[in-house]
This record gives sequence, structure tokens and C-alpha cells, in this order.
Amino acid sequence: MAKVPAETHTKVPESPWSPQAAEAAMVRVTPVDAVGLEERAASLGTRSIKRESKLFALDLAVRCADLTTLEGADTPGKVTAVCSKAVRPDPTDSTIPSVAAVCVYPALVPVAAERLRGTGVKVASVAGGFPSGLAPLDERLDEIRQAVRWGADEIDIVLNRSAFLSGRYHQAFEEITRSKEACGTAHLKVILEIGELGSYDQVRKASMLAMAAGADFIKTSTGKIASSATHAGALCMMEAARDFHRQTGRAVGVKVAGGIRKAKEAWIYLVILHETLGPDWLTPDRFRFGASTLLNDLLMQIRKEREGRYQGPDYFTVD
Amino acid sequence: MPERERDELERRKAAASSALAERTPFAYASAPESSEIVRIEDRYGLFIGGEFVEPKSGRWFGTLNPATEEVLSEVAEAGPEDVDLAVTTARAAWEESWRDLPGRERAKYMYRIARQLQERSREFAVLETIDGGKPIKESRDVDVPLAAAHFFYYAGWADKLDYAFPGRLPRPIGVAGQVIPWNFPLLMAAWKLAPALATGNTVVLKPAETTPLTALLLAEVIQEADLPPGVVNIVTGAGETGSNVVTHEAVDKVAFTGSTDVGKIIQRAVAGTGKHLTLELGGKAANIVFEDAALDQAVEGIVNGIYFNQGHVCCAGSRLFVQESVFEPVLERLKERLATLRVGDPLDKNTDVGAINSKQQLRKIEELVESGVEEGAEIYQPACDLPARGYWFRPTLFTGVAQSHRIAREEIFGPVLSVLTFRTPEEALEKANNTPYGLSAGVWTEKGSRILWMTSRLRAGVIWANTFNRFDPSSPFGGYKESGFGREGGLHGLEPYLEFEEDGRAG
Repeated sequence: MAKVPAETHTKVPESPWSPQAAEAAMVRVTPVDAVGLEERAASLGTRSIKRESKLFALDLAVRCADLTTLEGADTPGKVTAVCSKAVRPDPTDSTIPSVAAVCVYPALVPVAAERLRGTGVKVASVAGGFPSGLAPLDERLDEIRQAVRWGADEIDIVLNRSAFLSGRYHQAFEEITRSKEACGTAHLKVILEIGELGSYDQVRKASMLAMAAGADFIKTSTGKIASSATHAGALCMMEAARDFHRQTGRAVGVKVAGGIRKAKEAWIYLVILHETLGPDWLTPDRFRFGASTLLNDLLMQIRKEREGRYQGPDYFTVD
Repeated sequence: MPERERDELERRKAAASSALAERTPFAYASAPESSEIVRIEDRYGLFIGGEFVEPKSGRWFGTLNPATEEVLSEVAEAGPEDVDLAVTTARAAWEESWRDLPGRERAKYMYRIARQLQERSREFAVLETIDGGKPIKESRDVDVPLAAAHFFYYAGWADKLDYAFPGRLPRPIGVAGQVIPWNFPLLMAAWKLAPALATGNTVVLKPAETTPLTALLLAEVIQEADLPPGVVNIVTGAGETGSNVVTHEAVDKVAFTGSTDVGKIIQRAVAGTGKHLTLELGGKAANIVFEDAALDQAVEGIVNGIYFNQGHVCCAGSRLFVQESVFEPVLERLKERLATLRVGDPLDKNTDVGAINSKQQLRKIEELVESGVEEGAEIYQPACDLPARGYWFRPTLFTGVAQSHRIAREEIFGPVLSVLTFRTPEEALEKANNTPYGLSAGVWTEKGSRILWMTSRLRAGVIWANTFNRFDPSSPFGGYKESGFGREGGLHGLEPYLEFEEDGRAG
């Protein structure tokens, strides 16, 4: 293209916008077509995963699990039991890997950190006014700092949906930035709570906002409302993560959580991940499952694949 | 080990491959659908008068599995005498029973056929895949369910014809001669048979010579459904057999789906004979992506539009028009997506792109692709292993394509996409309409008003907005210009099989 010579004689009026702001005003988040998205997710759900690929997927799902307990009734005893399970998911089978992390409330971080020291299993803590994210910001930031001081390696916060849904994107963005600062070296996962966002366009927008604000992971759901992770919702977030990586070079992880109970559902998520973000994302550094009941189904399916028959539920520990 | 078994093993080993599969530990293990459910006879006669009969021609020809080049069976080649017998039989069945049978009685047989198609869906899907090379995923999820849906849909019309065309009283025409292509063998048989039977016509159907087996399995279903003998007759053979069917003097109505060249020959042949004619011919559809489209779903639509069924689709979106401002992101996504397409064993449930239907078709695709390279377009193909035997072609796209290139004008009928760009809606429209064809088109935009503006100006029989290649028995399908005339599907699909009397009751 021919270069346009710069004006030298007339004075150019000063633009109220910076060039960056002007460009930002032209760009909008790529829209998402709900019908096409759900169709694509459903078609990936029909992939037939067998033998070695199934074992690979089941093993990967265990390694990517954040074993979670987020109840008001959580006690040191309960958390200790969950940690033991996280380290050795199947006491009778040493080839089963440990899970990625144990996810608890901040008050129980010290218990988990003590029990998991030296095991390689990370301590994750929800913080920042989970699950609504509507506590005063200073309190939320303090909660994050406290959890990190107590030994949390990873912090799961929620997107401020109140700000996001009322169009105060700047506020939602800045809160994430400040939370990231509060995390220090700890990894930050931002929960979008996609069941509250109302459309896939919003899911995509929230994904982009969280990634741009510094999230290391974007996460589907808190598990505290009826509508949680879906294959199409996860696909939408993964497409956003793929585009963000392409545009900025920064790899952001994806965590799916809430209501995933069966191994089959889990490997469908892995297929979607594999075909959207590619093999580089097939690692606990870039993908996680929020899991509690899912883990035992994974173990049951692994034993079935290896031994050719199902074992009863009493042969897998309930912690 | 017997040779056949060894071949089978070898074929299984050559699991579907994609560029993605080659760089990941998560390469899906092969997941083949068992072919044991299907029993293929050594030989098939002609289906005339409700029975399989030896051809008077005394000639037979082989049909093969394009994924292995293995001969599956021998099929009778119908000569002029055989076609004459089939047509006379159909004529007699029409005059003696079918014409005067009440609609609800005709529907009864059609519902039986539809239910049997569902009952035996796996068998039909596997056979369709073995004989034609299409992925089992498609024959299982698209071809067979849609074929059954067509019979169900038109069975519902059979007893309501008197109310379908207010002011006009419909009457059946007589014997329909129907010639169908090899890209959707069973589904095209259903598209042709269902409306003909619902309206009280009898049929002589000629399946394509490379894919006769599912039509012959359908003949078995028709026998089991106890359809009066002679109402449906199926004669196998190549172009000459088809020509004998459409020119037979006792055939009152001709319906053809296939290439534009053959369509022109047929139209010349029946001119002046008084035969009713519908033609569903080739296409070179424009798939138009605007800058405000949902790009990821548009990419899915583009892939589905051109790589579905190896591109052997008359309404395939073979010309992609992308607004220049989003050309790069669309192309980048498209190339990445192509790398995830799994090409190989059509019986593997994870295969996305199967075998090219015949050696002849493969040659044609290769020849046109070569012309694209020679004319200066830039070719892109993902790296994936192709099986050693059988007919295969990598998913291909061309950029830098001009309207004047052969790959932008001629129907390739293969997995080959030509990518062009545009700047304004007017330019997109002008280029999209600048083709001798006019079967289908696609428009991708989030702006409703633009969808309406485009769709009312595109000269194509079927236009999809924010989706592609969606079919439903209640929706009419057919073309403009060299893509043919007449509609199949829906209420419109009844009309070509009917003649009308003035209705004295009409006010």
C-alpha cells in the first residue's frame, strides 16, 4: 500500500482518544452463535474413545483433578482425609497418579498445606468473597493474601458478575488485576460462573476480560448454583483462550467445575480441549477438573479398562 | 490366513489419521463399526414385480468398496428388455391397484418401510459406508435417519392430498422413472420414492452404478413391507440403463438427480414427449462470511459445507467468500481446523472424511486441483497419512482464487474449497450470483437485516443463514439456472408427481 505523506502545514486537531483507545473502540469481541457452538460440542461428544486413548484420557483426568471440598461443615478431619485421597487416589494401586490439587476454603488451607507438604499436590483455596464476590474489595484482597500466607499455591476467585452484568467492565477488570497482585507468586483462577452470564457472547466476553486482566486460569463455575459446567460453555471458553494465546502469546489454562460426575463426561471435555487448544493443553498446568465424586468414577473406569470388568463401589474409598 | 481376513486386518490398522493425531499422545484408538451386521449377497438380480430376477441382458457388473478397492458383489446390468419389463410391470401395478388405492392404505406401506429403515438403521449405515466410502458417522447420523424421516413425512401426506392444493384436485401421473446419484444413495432413493408413492404413482428406480447396494437392501425392506408387487421396481446399471428408463414411452414422469451434463441430455431426450420432468443438478454454492459473523461457528459451517461427505454434495459450499477485514483470522482458524479432520477408514466412528467414491471421481478432482495450481492459486492441504489402498484425497483449500479460475467456476464435487474475498455486501452478492449454477448459498452475519437483504437477492434455491447443509423432509430443495428445476421435499415436493383437475367444489 502506498504510504500517505504526513501533513506538515495544517495543524491536526488533537483527538480525544489515544490511538489505542480508538482501535479498541473499533474492535469488539467475536460473537458466538449458540446453535453452531452447541452443535460442535455435541459432535465432539460422539468421538469414540477406546483402549489406549481411553486409558490415557482417564489417567490425564486424574492428574488434572482439583479434589474439592467446599462445605460449611468442612473440618480438619475431613480435609485431611481428602488430602490423603488426593495423594494416593487408589491405595491398592500405586500406578494411579496423584491429583493436581486439593481445593478448600481459606480457613482450612493450613491443614491442607501441612498434609500435602512435599507430595507435589498443590493447595488451592477459594478466596475473594467466594461464591458471590460481593464482599468489600479490601476484604477480598485481604482474604487472598491470608490464604497465600497460609500456604495456598493457587487462588480461585470469582468474577464480579454484579459489575460485569451492569456493564462496569472497568471495575471487573481492575478487581482481577488487584487480585492477581494480591496473589503474588500464587496462580490465579478466575471463575466466570457461566450459568449466570446469560449467553455465550457474554461467556466469551468475560473470558477475554479475565485473561486480559491477568488470570492464569479461567474457570466455568463455582458449583454453588444449579447451572454449572457444560460442554458448549467450556468449548466457548477454550475458543477464547485459543484466540487470546494467538493474539498475545500468553497461554491461559481452563478449569471446568461443577456437576461433572462421570468419567465419560470428563473425557468428552478432554476431547473438546484436545481439538480446540491442541496437545499443549493436555497437562495439569493448563487444564483442570473441579472434582469430588468424579474421581472415584475415573478410578473405577481405569480398573475396568485394565481388568476387563467393573468392580463394585465399595472397593474405592469414600473420603 | 485367508486373504480377505488379512486385508481386513490391514485396513483396521490403517486407522483414521489427521495432522493433529500425529503430534499428540491422545491419538484416538481406531473405533471401527463392525461390518458383520451386513450380509452382502454374491449377486443381486433386478428387482421387478416384487422379486429379484435374472437380467435378460445376461450381463453383470461389480460394485466395490472405494476404501479398499475390494469387489463387494456382482449386480445385474439391466438392458433395454429388462427396463421394458420393469416399466410394463410398473404400469400394470399402477393401473390394477396402486392408482386407486386410498391414501391411507398407501401410507400404511410407507410407514412400514420407514419403521423398517429405523429398525435396520445400523445395517443400512454400514452398507452405505462400505459401498460408497462415506464416514459411518455421516451414514449413521444423517443419511439413514433422514431417509426414514422422508418416508414418515410423505406417508403423512398420502391421505391429505385433496386438501394440499386448494381449488385443485390432484391426480397421480402414472409411472415415474427415477435416476439417482452415488453421493447419498439411500437418501436420494428415499427422496424420490417417498413423494412418488404418497401421490399414487408407481416407480422404476435406477441407482448409480457405483453404489447400488443400499437400494437393493431397500428392495428387501419393500418386500417385507408387503408393498404390492410392481409398485417399486429397481433396475441397476450405468448411464445406458438410465437412458433407457427416462426415454421409455410408458414412463410419464422423469426425475433425475446428478450432473448438469447428463441433466441436459435428459432434457433434450424428453423434449416434446409430454413427460413431466424435474432435474436436480450441480452447484457451486457461495458461502459468504461477513466481518461481524460468529467466526468460530462460521468456520464449522465452512468445514461442514465443503468437507462433509468428501465434498460429494451438490449443494456443497465450494466457494467461500470472506470479507477482507476478517480474511486472516478466518483463514488461520480454517487451516487449524483442517488439521483436526481425520481422514481414513470410513467405518471408524472417529473418521471425519472418508474415501472418494470412485477412481473416476478421484481423477476428476485431481485434474481440477492441478488446474487450480497451474492457474496460480495457492494450495493448502494438512499433512495426514492416507491409506495405501483405496481412493483418497486430502481436504484441500485454495487461496488467491479469482472468479475466472476453473476451480471457482466448475463443480469439483470433492473436498476442495476455493477462498475468495469481498469488501462490501454488494460485491459479495454480485460475485456469489456470478455462476451458471444456483442450488444453494450460505450467509454468515449476526445482523438480521443483512441476512434478509442477502437472501432475497441471492439466486439460489436453498439459502442457509448461520448454518449450512441442514436438511429436513418438510423443507423444499432444488435449484435455479443450471442447477435444475422442480422442488423435492415439503409440500412443493408433491407437485411434480401430480396432475390437477379443476375442483368443482372450489369457490
